[in-house]
Amino acid sequence: MTFLFIIIAVLVAVFFVQIGKARELASAIREDNSEEYENNNFQAAFGMVFMVGFLVICVVSFIYYIPYILGWGPNTAASKHGPSVDYMFNITLFFTAIVFFACQFLLFYFGWKFRGRKGVRAIYWSHDERLEMVWMLIPAIVMTFLVVGGLRAWNTAMADVTDKEVIGKDYIEIEATGMQFAWMIRYPGRDNKLGTKHFTKITGTNPLGQDWTDEKNIDDFQPSDIVLPVGKKVRVRITSRDVLHNFYLPQFRVKMDAVPGMPTYFVFTPTVTSDSMRSRYKKFDHWNIPDKKDETKKRYEVFEYELACAELCGRGHYSMRRVLKIVTEEEYENWLDEQEKTSHYMANVFEKDNSPIKQKANDFKKLLVNKEKVKDALGKVVALAAKASPTESDKLNNAVTELKAALKITRKTLNLQESENATAKALSVAAAVLPSENTEEKDKAPQDSVKTEPKKAI
Amino acid sequence: MADITITEKEQLVHGEDHGHDHGHGHDEHHGDKYQSSFIDRYLFSLDHKTISKQFLITGMFWAIIGAGMSVIFRLQLGFPDADISWLQPLLGGWIDIDPSTGAGKLSPDFYYALVTMHGTIIVFFVLTAGLSGTFSNLLIPLQIGARDMASPLLNMLSYWFFFLSGAILLFSLFLNTGPFSGGWTGYPPLSALPQASDGSKGGMTLWLISLVFFVVSVLLGGINYITTVLNMRTKGMTMFRMPLTIWAFLVTAILGLLSFPVIASGFFMVLFDRALGTSFFLDEIYIAGEALTERVGGNAILFQHLFWFLGHPEVYIIILPAMGIVSEVLAVHARKPIFGYKAMVFSILAIGVLSFLVWAHHMYMTGLNPFISNIFVLFTLIIAVPSAVKVFNWIATIWGGNFRYNSASLFSIGFVSLFISGGLTGLFLGNSIIDIQQHDTYFVVAHFHVVMGVSAMFGMFAGIYHWFPRMFGRFMNETLGQIHFWGTMIGAYAIFGPMHYQGMAGVPRRYYSFDTFQAFDQFDAMNQFITVAAIIVFFLQLLFVINFFYSIYRGKVQTEMNPWGATTLEWTAPIKAGHGNWEGDIPHVHRWPYDLNRYPDREFILQTEPLAEGEVDGGSSH
Repeated sequence: MTFLFIIIAVLVAVFFVQIGKARELASAIREDNSEEYENNNFQAAFGMVFMVGFLVICVVSFIYYIPYILGWGPNTAASKHGPSVDYMFNITLFFTAIVFFACQFLLFYFGWKFRGRKGVRAIYWSHDERLEMVWMLIPAIVMTFLVVGGLRAWNTAMADVTDKEVIGKDYIEIEATGMQFAWMIRYPGRDNKLGTKHFTKITGTNPLGQDWTDEKNIDDFQPSDIVLPVGKKVRVRITSRDVLHNFYLPQFRVKMDAVPGMPTYFVFTPTVTSDSMRSRYKKFDHWNIPDKKDETKKRYEVFEYELACAELCGRGHYSMRRVLKIVTEEEYENWLDEQEKTSHYMANVFEKDNSPIKQKANDFKKLLVNKEKVKDALGKVVALAAKASPTESDKLNNAVTELKAALKITRKTLNLQESENATAKALSVAAAVLPSENTEEKDKAPQDSVKTEPKKAI
Repeated sequence: MADITITEKEQLVHGEDHGHDHGHGHDEHHGDKYQSSFIDRYLFSLDHKTISKQFLITGMFWAIIGAGMSVIFRLQLGFPDADISWLQPLLGGWIDIDPSTGAGKLSPDFYYALVTMHGTIIVFFVLTAGLSGTFSNLLIPLQIGARDMASPLLNMLSYWFFFLSGAILLFSLFLNTGPFSGGWTGYPPLSALPQASDGSKGGMTLWLISLVFFVVSVLLGGINYITTVLNMRTKGMTMFRMPLTIWAFLVTAILGLLSFPVIASGFFMVLFDRALGTSFFLDEIYIAGEALTERVGGNAILFQHLFWFLGHPEVYIIILPAMGIVSEVLAVHARKPIFGYKAMVFSILAIGVLSFLVWAHHMYMTGLNPFISNIFVLFTLIIAVPSAVKVFNWIATIWGGNFRYNSASLFSIGFVSLFISGGLTGLFLGNSIIDIQQHDTYFVVAHFHVVMGVSAMFGMFAGIYHWFPRMFGRFMNETLGQIHFWGTMIGAYAIFGPMHYQGMAGVPRRYYSFDTFQAFDQFDAMNQFITVAAIIVFFLQLLFVINFFYSIYRGKVQTEMNPWGATTLEWTAPIKAGHGNWEGDIPHVHRWPYDLNRYPDREFILQTEPLAEGEVDGGSSH
């Protein structure tokens, strides 16, 4: 096979060499320059053909690939700062396209018009300062626009959160740590604060090196997917534990290196939920084909936002995928409820730990149990309200409102007393509206569940 | 300006002395005692013309290897499921054989090694040594009217350090753990920690040693080029009578001299981090099951500053010689002076200065303070102004010409076309806001391949076709050259055009396979197309290689001393010039290098022709 290829290559080469020799001989026989002028005509004309073909292909391919281009159709940004990236991209595209078409056209057109011909002489035109000044100033002016527009967008997009913004309320902070070859994601939990970590503490069961004497670590959890509420500002703290990585979210126009020893950050606000993105993609042909991995579904159906690595980090660089889901606020809260139970500390350290933060951890456990109870009661009341008669529904709806308020408190609070009070109040509200046998059971539960059901709760 | 004027005056005096010296000593050059044996003549030659051929042929050797590597990794990208076990005789253990089916697949380690070697080889060995080394050596003495470089010995050493550097890198390909595989930029900690990847073991040590020798080669060459241009111009060759090639080579050499030592320091620091336990670039690292508790306090980003402080001037080190060559070739074949000679000179100088102020535009997304990026965006986009002036001036040079089409002039036009296309995409990447999205995607790959990879290759081809008679006393075959041009031109756009769309869709570069990500796994047909185009273009380059070597021995013999009707000094030397270039006195210069069609009765006037009474030098009317 290889041998055959070589033979073919040699034959082709011989063929071309013979053609070349033949043409050389022909021109030598004629002994004049007509060969040269013929060649000028041919090459200049071919240049024109090439230029026209090239520019047409540029236009046609652009139209064909519009759905892939930033700011067009499906590829519009899904974050708050993203449209400014897309906008600057398209402004630049506009200016560069004009220059591109004009210059390519003139280059080949002049090449054709001023091709060497018999009896024609080149003019002597060495410079023209006014003309040169003009074509120095035009790009300078365009550059000014691009620089000013670009930097204004850049400084807005890259602005860190300010001191006035409150963590947890105005923005949430999560952490992404790159390693060979995966991303580890850490959420701060209900205290909204990421616990301290140090690389010397990294072990097989403590992949981030979290410091178990820091109570901020108690509620930190490490989910498999990143889930973020739509419309909420997120500050991603980006670190690495071995080599350089890069935190890259294509649809959000987010990209930032992960550097060992030097945490970086990127602040962005997602604006399109995963579901809305799917329905956006549904309208486009290239998303309506069967998915490669799951042929029974269309591509848009299995779509998820993806986190990738964009800095070469070794042999597995191409496979550092994480799913990112953008959900509504309510879905996010429910997801947090589930994830809170998976706190790395509670799952792996709590049982065998004698550290000073054990007491705090016990409190945290109670906070979770209280929240579960309120949530449970709320669920029951909501179910009841759904099938209640109009006369009862007012009472039930009031109960639902109160329970929701209690759930909000038990979800957020770090104060055990506050949590207990809200829980007690919620349970009594629920008891008043729910059928009696249920409430009796529930009444006993609080004291027991703390002691007997921790495993289940976590 | 003042400085230049003073040097000019000194040069006049100095040049006269110089010419005089050589005038007396020319007998010694005839049967050169330094070139008596085969080894002295062809191997350890001191003649700049021979050294330039050595650079060229070594560069071509590396170009074939570097481009061949790209074909192999393009196979993986275009046809990831294809069985490539037939490549096993060539690549051996780097092909993973699936024991159940017997099908072969490129291993990811080797994919990354190929990508890394392709970048290193093309950027340093082909486009730095092969391009600047070849043409600076050939043209500087010949075009300024010197018998050789200021120091022929350093010149020879420059080549042999380059050769040594190449030999070391070649050797690293045969290591058990493979050559370095962390990208041609060699970012630590990946490059500094042997445990981080197979390629970071022995391969990286050899890569560093190889490139340190390469830096030595560039410095020896560069200091020689600068000295020669400044001190050894013949009588009458003022700075503003130098052809643009010489201006480009001079600024290139200055850039190299100022920037390569910086990267050498970076390479040494990585070496120390690897071998001596220092921590210049290491901090808080846990790798291979172990926390490197002793290796703290460094910063990985520091290396990137050192690297790109070379790395950005490096792209101008690559493109400036090509620009100089193209300016010269376009003017000669358009039969017109280069339009706006002084504007061209000042834009070369402006690009040279600005190239040192833009390095961090490679680092917008490294966690650099966003405020710093403001400054780099500004300077980066300012570079577009002198670049645009150059493009407009090239186009204006063609306007009103009597353009002679041949392989050299075609490649010059191709260069301008590619430089326009690739330069414009730079405006996207230079603007940090767009770089958030486009950084490290295929958009970048497309951009730099078009603007500095392929277009610099085009400049090199233009130079080879144009000065081939000067090198070998024969012509290359025109038909083959023109087929080579159109194939490469169409092929280059076919390869890199589609990559822009991949980049806009967000596909990251340096991905071994795209099937992990739904977002990136949608360009199968396009990837196949690119791969097929790359294979065709690669084999088309072999046509050039055949043409080159065939023409050395069997090409059309050069009968006229000045076949292109050029005005510059290299065409005043005998066709088979010995060491020392000119028999008899070295030529004196009386006019600028672009008196083409200046008078109705004269198609061209050599620089050596004295000004007629009352005639004003064409260059001084600016």
